[in-house]
Amino acid sequence: TKTRQGITSKVDQVLKTYKKVDEELFEEIEEILITSDAGVNTTMEIIDRLRNLAKERKITEAEDLKGLLKEILTDLLKIEKSNELNVNSSPTIILMVGVNGAGKTTSIGKIAYQFKEEGKKVLLAAGDTFRAAAIDQLEIWGNRVGVDVIKHQEGADTAAVIYDAIQSAKARKIDVLICDTAGRLHNKKNLMNELGKVGKIVEREFPEASKEVLLVLDATTGQNAIQQAKVFKEVTDITGVVLTKLDGTAKGGVVLGISSELDIPVKLIGVGEGINDLQKFVPQDFVNALFGDDN
Amino acid sequence: MVFEGLADKLQGALKKLKSKGKLTEKDVKEAMREVKLALLEADVNFKVVKDFINKVKERAIGAEVMESLTPGQHVIKIVNEELTALMGTTQSKLTFSSKPPTVYMLVGLQGAGKTTTGGKLGGYLKTMGKRPLLVAGDIYRPAAIKQLQVVGKQLDIPVFSMGDKISPVNIAKAGIEHANQHSNDVVIIDTAGRLHIDENLMDELEDIKKTVNPQEILLVVDAMTGQDAVNVAERFNEKLGIDGVILTKLDGDTRGGAALSVRAVTQKPIKFVGMGEKLSELEAFHPDRMASRILGMGDVLSLIEKA
Ligand SMILES: Nc1nc2c(ncn2[C@@H]2O[C@H](COP(=O)(O)OP(=O)(O)OP(=O)(O)O)[C@@H](O)[C@H]2O)c(=O)[nH]1
Ligand SMILES: Nc1nc2c(ncn2[C@@H]2O[C@H](COP(=O)(O)OP(=O)(O)OP(=O)(O)O)[C@@H](O)[C@H]2O)c(=O)[nH]1
Ligand SMILES: [Mg+2]
Ligand SMILES: [Mg+2]
Repeated sequence: TKTRQGITSKVDQVLKTYKKVDEELFEEIEEILITSDAGVNTTMEIIDRLRNLAKERKITEAEDLKGLLKEILTDLLKIEKSNELNVNSSPTIILMVGVNGAGKTTSIGKIAYQFKEEGKKVLLAAGDTFRAAAIDQLEIWGNRVGVDVIKHQEGADTAAVIYDAIQSAKARKIDVLICDTAGRLHNKKNLMNELGKVGKIVEREFPEASKEVLLVLDATTGQNAIQQAKVFKEVTDITGVVLTKLDGTAKGGVVLGISSELDIPVKLIGVGEGINDLQKFVPQDFVNALFGDDN
Repeated sequence: MVFEGLADKLQGALKKLKSKGKLTEKDVKEAMREVKLALLEADVNFKVVKDFINKVKERAIGAEVMESLTPGQHVIKIVNEELTALMGTTQSKLTFSSKPPTVYMLVGLQGAGKTTTGGKLGGYLKTMGKRPLLVAGDIYRPAAIKQLQVVGKQLDIPVFSMGDKISPVNIAKAGIEHANQHSNDVVIIDTAGRLHIDENLMDELEDIKKTVNPQEILLVVDAMTGQDAVNVAERFNEKLGIDGVILTKLDGDTRGGAALSVRAVTQKPIKFVGMGEKLSELEAFHPDRMASRILGMGDVLSLIEKA
C-alpha cells in the first residue's frame, strides 16, 4: 500500500545521498524510524544493531545498509507465535477489544465477510451496549455480510449478551462467533475489569471453542499503543493485533515495538472502510513493502 | 519509560554545575538531549521537536541560574515556558456570528470523536442559553445518523437529518434553513470521518464550507495520535483553513504530544479537550497543563512555583 512506500522512498533517497556509511547516515535512518512511530526505544535498538552488524560485516557502502536494516526489522517482527488467525477448528470465538474508535466494529464486519466467503457459518454478538447506536452499526454490518447478530437493549450487561450469543452459537452449530465490545481506554480500571469478566464467561461457557482475543490498534496512534497493548494483555489473553487505518499516511511503526517487546503477533491489517479492506499481515511482506521490494 | 525520570535526568545531567552561575553550551546540550527524547516519546513530531530544542537552547545558553533553583530545575522552567508559549499562552474561546445562526463544522479523521464532540458542544452551548441544532452530515458510516440522534435525544437537542441519500452539502444547507425557521441560533454540523489524503472527500468538505460559510471549522484530533498528526493537521488546514482544534480522549494516559504538533503546524488554538465518553465531559483547554503533561512533570513544576 502507499502508506509504507513513504518510508521506503525516504530510505532509498537517504542511501543515495550518502555513498559511505557514517554517523550522519545513521542519524538520518534514525529520523525515518522515529517519524514512522517506531518509538525512541525501538529505534535506538534498531540503530545499535545496525551499527554493530555493519561493523561486524565490514560494510562501508551506504546502499548495502538497506539489506541489513531489512534483516533487523524482519527479525523484530518475527516471533514464535503465528500471524495466522487460529480458526481451523470449529467452533471458534473471536473477541474484539481496544480503545475508543480504533476500528473494532468495522473490522468485525470485514472479518465476518471473509469467513462467510470461505463458507463458514458466522454469528455476531453486539457486546457494545454502551456507545450510542453501536448495536445499529453492527446490525448494518451483519446485513451487509448476511449474518445474524445477537443483541440486547442499549445499556444491557455485555457479559449477558456474550452468554446468550454463546448459547445461540452452540444451538446453531456456528463455526465462528465474533463478539464486539465497547471501546475503552486501558487506564479505566472498572471498564477493564468488565472485560476480564467477559473473558471468564467465554472460558466457562465455551471451553470447547478455540479462542482469539484481537486487540484493535489504530495505526495513527503513537507510543500510547504500546501501553494499550500492555494493559489489555494483562486483563485478557490477547492473541493478536488488528492494525487498522493503514490506508492513511501513518506508518504504523509502533507495531515493531509491540511485536518485539510484548511478543504479540499482528494478524490482520485494515486498509479502508470497505468490506474488502482487510488483509493478512505477513511480516516479510510488511518489511519488503517498507522498502518497496514487493512490486 | 524515558520521560518518567526526565526531571531526575536533567538534574543528573546538570549536577556538575553549582547552583549559581551560568549555563554553558555543553551543559545545555546534554540536557537538551534528554528533553528531545522525552518529547519524542510523548509523540511530538520530529521536526517540531527539532525547532523547539533549538529555540530553548538559544535561550538557555548563558542564562543566569537563579539562586533558588538548581540548574536542572532552571532548564525545566525554560522548557516549560517555551512549551506553554508554543501551545498558546491564553485560553481561546469559541466565537459567535453577529448574524445568527452561528455555524460550527466538525471535521477530522475516522473515529477521532467528531459525533460525540458535536453532542458535547451542543450540550455546552445549551447550558449557555443557546438553542443549538445538530445536523447529521455523515451519510457514509453505518448508523452515523442514528448515533447523532441518540446523542441529541440524551441532551434534548434537536437533530436535523435527511437520511443517507442526499449529499452532505445539501443536508448542511437545508439544516441552516431549518435552523432559521425554528430559531436555532447555533448549528453544529457533524461530518463523516475521512483521510486527509482522500481528495474527493476533502473536496466535499470544501464544498460544505463554501455553501454554509461556517463561523468556525473545528478539527477534532485524537490525543493519542503519533507522528502523523502534523500531516493531518497541515492538510485539513490547507484545504479548509481551520479555526481551532478539539483534542479528544485526553482522559487516557497518553502524553498527548499531538497537541504540540498540531498547534505548531497550524498556529490555530486548541479550544476544548474531550475528557471522557460522557456528553458532559468536555473541558476548556489549558496550555500550561498540557505543557507539563507532555513532559510528565507536573509535580516538578509545582515545586518550582513554590521556590
Ligand atoms: N480509513 C480507514 N478507516 C477505518 C478503518 N477501520 C475502521 N475505520 C473507520 O474508523 C471509524 C471507527 O471505526 P469503528 O469500527 O466504529 O471503531 P470502534 O473501535 O468499533 O469504535 P467504538 O466502538 O466507538 O470504540 C469508522 O469511521 C470506520 O469506518 C480502516 O482500516 N481504514
Ligand atoms: N474516552 C473517551 N472517548 C471518547 C472521547 N470522545 C469520543 N470518544 C469515543 O471515541 C469513539 C469514537 O467517537 P465518535 O464520536 O464516534 O467519533 P467520530 O469522529 O464521529 O467517528 P467517525 O464518524 O467514524 O469518523 C466513541 O467510542 C466515543 O465514545 C473522549 O474524550 N474520551
Ligand atoms: Mg464499535
Ligand atoms: Mg461520526
